[in-house]
Amino acid sequence: MKQNVYIQSYCHIKNHSVSLNGNTVFYSDDTEFPSFIKSAAIHLETNYPKFYKMDNLSKLAFLAADILLKENNPYSDKTDNIAIVLSNKSSSLDTDRKHQISISDKENYYPSPSIFVYTLPNICMGEISIKHQLHSENTFLIFDKFNAKHLHINAEFLLKNNKADEVLCGWVDFDDKNYEAFLYLVSENGNIAHLPEEIEHLYHIK
Amino acid sequence: MTELKTELKEKIIEILNLEDISISDIDDNDALFGDGLGLDSIDALELIVMLDKDFGIQLTDPKEGKEIFKSISVLAAYIDAHRSK
Repeated sequence: MKQNVYIQSYCHIKNHSVSLNGNTVFYSDDTEFPSFIKSAAIHLETNYPKFYKMDNLSKLAFLAADILLKENNPYSDKTDNIAIVLSNKSSSLDTDRKHQISISDKENYYPSPSIFVYTLPNICMGEISIKHQLHSENTFLIFDKFNAKHLHINAEFLLKNNKADEVLCGWVDFDDKNYEAFLYLVSENGNIAHLPEEIEHLYHIK
Repeated sequence: MTELKTELKEKIIEILNLEDISISDIDDNDALFGDGLGLDSIDALELIVMLDKDFGIQLTDPKEGKEIFKSISVLAAYIDAHRSK
């Protein structure tokens, strides 16, 4: 049973900028999400061809997770025991709408399989797990707004019951042209106490 | 047939979001799945939709797809023989 766990690192993607532990690692004047996230992925050396096939929500979650996991576990032998607990408000609504458009015309009824597969929010966790070979617990929660308390409860349960060595937590939301990712890694390493008020504080860092 | 092969390459790159791959990167006899372009099962479903939507070909036997999607050359020959659009 793990006694003390900490927020090891955190990543924000919002307002056409990417930051790691409060430091900006990529900024673009491009306000359109597709071109912004593509430029960010190239700049941050994601090097993953399947990234370009993902829907917007998965791109957002995947890039934030990739930055954190590359930063903290480049050579770790326990990377398959990182649980994932993510949350948002809009579920997979952005892709749900695209799917709805593709099936709305009965005379031209050709639903796209590659759009349909993303009509669940938890698919983004599958994309992260495939890339980083995680065979771990995962949960996706839907809230009206960012909920530090619930994320904290879920992560503590997983860590203190030895269900995972580390937990990748956070908020990843995409709807219309609005996007925001705040992901953080909880482990036995780090300096920031894993407490709801600390999580809330980090979430609001600009 | 050459025009059809080029059209297919363009469609595959666009529909399957193959980033940083151009028409000249795809040889007519390259394997589309596995070691070639590295397409996956969802890509295969997209190609089946493309055959129906753009060429009026409905594949009913999944085993048929494995042979048809072997390469651009094989796919073009199949479309040329079976298209209704």
